Amino acid sequence: MSGKRQFRIWRGDESGGDLQDYMVEVNEGEVVLDVIHRLQATDAPDLACRWNCKAGKCGSCSMEINGKPRLGCMTRMSTFGDDETVTVTPLRTFPIIRDLVTDVSFNYEKARETPAFAPPADVAPGDYRMQQVDVERSQEFRKCIECFLCQTVCHVIRDHEENKQAFSGPRYFIRAAELDMHPLDARTDRKEYAQAEQGLGFCNITKCCTEVCPEHIKITDNGIIPMKERVVDRRYDPLVWLGSKIFRRGETPQTSVTTARQGSATPGSARGGVHSHAGGSHDSQAEAQAQSGVNWHREVPHPTAPAVDDRGKLPLTELTFDRAAAPSPFGDDVTFPLPPEHLNFAHPEQDNKH
Amino acid sequence: MTTTTRIERHHYDVVVIGAGGAGLRAAIEARLAGKKTAIISKSLFGKAHTVMAEGGAAAAMGNVNSRDNWQVHFRDTMRGGKFLNNFRMAELHAKESPQRIWELETYGALFDRTKDGKISQRNFGGHEYPRLAHVGDRTGLELIRTLQQKIVSLQQEDQREFGSYDARIRVFSETTITELLLDGDRVAGAFGYYRESGEFILFEAPAVVLATGGVGRSYKVTSNSWEYTGDGHALALRAGATLINMEFLQFHPTGMVWPPSVKGILVTESVRGDGGVLKNSDGKRFMFDYVPDVFRKQYAETEEEADRWYTDPDNNRRPPELLPRDEVARAINSEVKAGRGSPAGGVFLDIASRRSADEIRRRLPSMYHQFKELADVDITAEPMEVGPTCHYVMGGVEVDPDSGAAFGHVRGLFAAGEVSGGMHGSNRLGGNSLSDLLVFGKRAGGHAASYADGLTARPKVAVDEVEAAVETALAPLQRDTGENPYTLQQDLQVVMGDLVGIIRREGELADALVRLAELRERVAKVSAAGGRRYNPGWHLALDLRNMLVVSECTAKAALERQESRGGHTREDYPAMEPKWRQVNLVCALDGDTVQLTRKPLPKMRPELIGLFDRAELAKYLTDEEIADFDALVADAGEADNR
Ligand SMILES: Cc1cc2nc3c(=O)[nH]c(=O)nc-3n(C[C@H](O)[C@H](O)[C@H](O)COP(=O)(O)OP(=O)(O)OC[C@H]3O[C@@H](n4cnc5c(N)ncnc54)[C@H](O)[C@@H]3O)c2cc1C
Ligand code: SF4
Ligand code: SF4
Ligand code: FES
Repeated sequence: MSGKRQFRIWRGDESGGDLQDYMVEVNEGEVVLDVIHRLQATDAPDLACRWNCKAGKCGSCSMEINGKPRLGCMTRMSTFGDDETVTVTPLRTFPIIRDLVTDVSFNYEKARETPAFAPPADVAPGDYRMQQVDVERSQEFRKCIECFLCQTVCHVIRDHEENKQAFSGPRYFIRAAELDMHPLDARTDRKEYAQAEQGLGFCNITKCCTEVCPEHIKITDNGIIPMKERVVDRRYDPLVWLGSKIFRRGETPQTSVTTARQGSATPGSARGGVHSHAGGSHDSQAEAQAQSGVNWHREVPHPTAPAVDDRGKLPLTELTFDRAAAPSPFGDDVTFPLPPEHLNFAHPEQDNKH
Repeated sequence: MTTTTRIERHHYDVVVIGAGGAGLRAAIEARLAGKKTAIISKSLFGKAHTVMAEGGAAAAMGNVNSRDNWQVHFRDTMRGGKFLNNFRMAELHAKESPQRIWELETYGALFDRTKDGKISQRNFGGHEYPRLAHVGDRTGLELIRTLQQKIVSLQQEDQREFGSYDARIRVFSETTITELLLDGDRVAGAFGYYRESGEFILFEAPAVVLATGGVGRSYKVTSNSWEYTGDGHALALRAGATLINMEFLQFHPTGMVWPPSVKGILVTESVRGDGGVLKNSDGKRFMFDYVPDVFRKQYAETEEEADRWYTDPDNNRRPPELLPRDEVARAINSEVKAGRGSPAGGVFLDIASRRSADEIRRRLPSMYHQFKELADVDITAEPMEVGPTCHYVMGGVEVDPDSGAAFGHVRGLFAAGEVSGGMHGSNRLGGNSLSDLLVFGKRAGGHAASYADGLTARPKVAVDEVEAAVETALAPLQRDTGENPYTLQQDLQVVMGDLVGIIRREGELADALVRLAELRERVAKVSAAGGRRYNPGWHLALDLRNMLVVSECTAKAALERQESRGGHTREDYPAMEPKWRQVNLVCALDGDTVQLTRKPLPKMRPELIGLFDRAELAKYLTDEEIADFDALVADAGEADNR
């Protein structure tokens, strides 16, 4: 399968830049990073790109490939169609330095603010005793290779520069979670810290971070949600309440449905599902999609059409329905008044932009 | 020109070049000693090579087999290095590793555990007992992250005390040092550039710790990253220090061989430690045919015995797949040469038929992941294809074993980790590096701090030296007539891979020296396109001269040493020669030519040599040395009778 392939790579620096086209040779078994190396050795010797291990272990080669945050060294060329153009751009959430290299110092600042491990006062080195089952929970988070893909994909900062001050991002939520679950950590306020100082409350469990994590760390299910659930000041975070409720029903928490609307699915078309302002569409297709795809651009939830049958009527009669009246148009899991943090204003013309 | 070049200046007490395990541990120690410390790294903080280490860190804690202790570890290390190790370093390493590992737990490390809650330890090639503290197969990540987080915690202390995280310890990431600056024979500072901006930076400091890692990028098939261009080795040479044992390179027996783009990437030895076996294209477990005499006693002779060993190591001998790396690499090489290799030119490493899929996924998660994603191979269902890859350089800066201070005519220079030489002799045992980083990182950091304390006046950086450094650094950008640095690097890799590879021959080595001299001319004229901002072509152009001088050291020493030992195999001198065991080859720089001298090895102290069997020693030592040993034993016997 070797042959020339079309690449579009963003070149430029903080003052601007654009996508440039390259035709590059690609051989069997190669990954995107190999192709970038070939370009450096031939057409573009000064093409800037970070890498170290070439084996998915160091987290240096993060980039956005066809719009998805990925590790260049773990993205095989065989995953693209033979005549598909591969577009490579730098991580969007961080300031550009040059070409594919971004300034990720935001992450190191947040790392520095997160209180370190507090060793137990009365245990001497060599006397630490822990059971494997107990360390495993924290070990999952310590697999993190600090690629910052979860940080770049999280909408809280991806589209909102102004949130960076108050929001540490998923990487540092799991750092807090890891210490919280450390069998011998002497501090007991990790969750409260995450809530009060790291901006855990901003997270509305879209799970995009989990989707992109190359180490397959269950950032939301095993890190963020347990912390949200147990954080002392529950009033602080309306989603805790919602999240746990949705969970009990064995469903994926969904607080902002996003890309489910694609193609012909305009509001009003029969797509099924109960609309909820909290975003729970209860539309299994949309949910599956939201799970497999990534929440690139958060939008306010769109109304979903009611689940009508082929006559265009709601498929229910009072006889077969399990309740005495029609379901709430806002979704069964929403009660009023809505918490103010949860009100989400959608501009009436937002659809016309697309 | 230089007057117009802006140079950022910093003052520190201790500058640590390198942010891998050794560098971070050294910096922690210097900071704990109250010194203002800088850490410099070519890549981002936490991405140094140490992050890639998989198997584990060797320390005789005796958690899994209580018979393990420092003496046994010391013996294994000396054996592995074929007795060419600096015995004092091997001794300190064996004695201090357990403390260094336990200390990591107080920094927050979470190793895998035994049933009774202690740190679990795993088997590895050349180690008599299960000895490697590990976290799945990502031990290096755990180690570097732990140290990184310890540094953060020190910075948080400083923030509370002085209002600034950077008050006493600061990390300069993506910064490359190109030159050490001297005041007479004393280190006065280090000069380099920020990779991101291309701006220059000058550190004035009386003490510098080198922890820059290895040299593997001079080879095409390597497990090493772009960082491994031998910078520290070259900086030390140019500052007047010496390198030893540069002929010894470790080729790890199991690198990936397919697909071509990942050729060289490591398959951890734990695959074999956990039951994986090597087979040739006939399906034969060939390692039984390659057990050398010196190891005959410790290794199983039948597959049945070898298989029993995994569950009952006390009553069976170990499988030959776990021989030291040099032996396994050579065996694979021979099988492939004899036409019994795999389709992609390696051999088969099979764990699928020996362990359940669940167990493989649990014990080797990152290997499972790596093969799945890079080669589309499911290691729980089919065997891997593997072959030797350039992995580790045993040679390095010649140091004082206790303090890590560099020999030669320079003061204030210290080295630890892969960049230092001596500890591993002619061949490193797996797992001995991570513990080496901690033991000697701590020592070098501590001694650098006390050296800085002991000075009455700070050495001064000379202006003209800085100007010269600026000029050298900018030269490739200002030329546009020279060659592309990538072409030069490829040519260098061809010379080293073809002529100074696993198996070496006199004619080829001589040829290599001629070609390296030609390359030196070309490298002197290299030009880099583009500007100063994050320009990898320019960075490589500057690294090339380091790769070149280090390659010259390796080729020269390899030509000189007329025997085969550990990581140095001469086809024309296939045997190990006791006379050569008494010799270290020392490289120094005279002007810009590499000078080679022979230096006798320090003599092992009686109580240490007494730890070995006479029969074993007889395989390594000369007749005179054996006579000495006998006299010693006789003396001791008399002393007992008295
Ligand atoms: C794939 C792989 C697996 C391994 N597995 C194991 C194992 O299981 N057990 C074991 O014991 N060992 C293992 N090793 C070996 C071990 O990881 C290395 O020897 C060790 O990590 C080296 O550490 P170090 O601190 O000396 O240097 P490194 O961790 O390599 O750090 C070098 C640092 O120096 C910096 N640097 C270099 N040049 C410059 C310069 N000019 N200016 C500024 N900074 C510079 C780099 O940026 C980097 O931060 C493995 C190695 C590899 C490649
Ligand atoms: S779940 Fe969504 S909002 Fe929360 S941290 Fe992850 S990406 Fe950000
Ligand atoms: S949690 Fe996953 S995605 Fe986030 S930085 Fe770590 S490895 Fe990367
Ligand atoms: S290069 Fe290390 S993760 Fe890609």
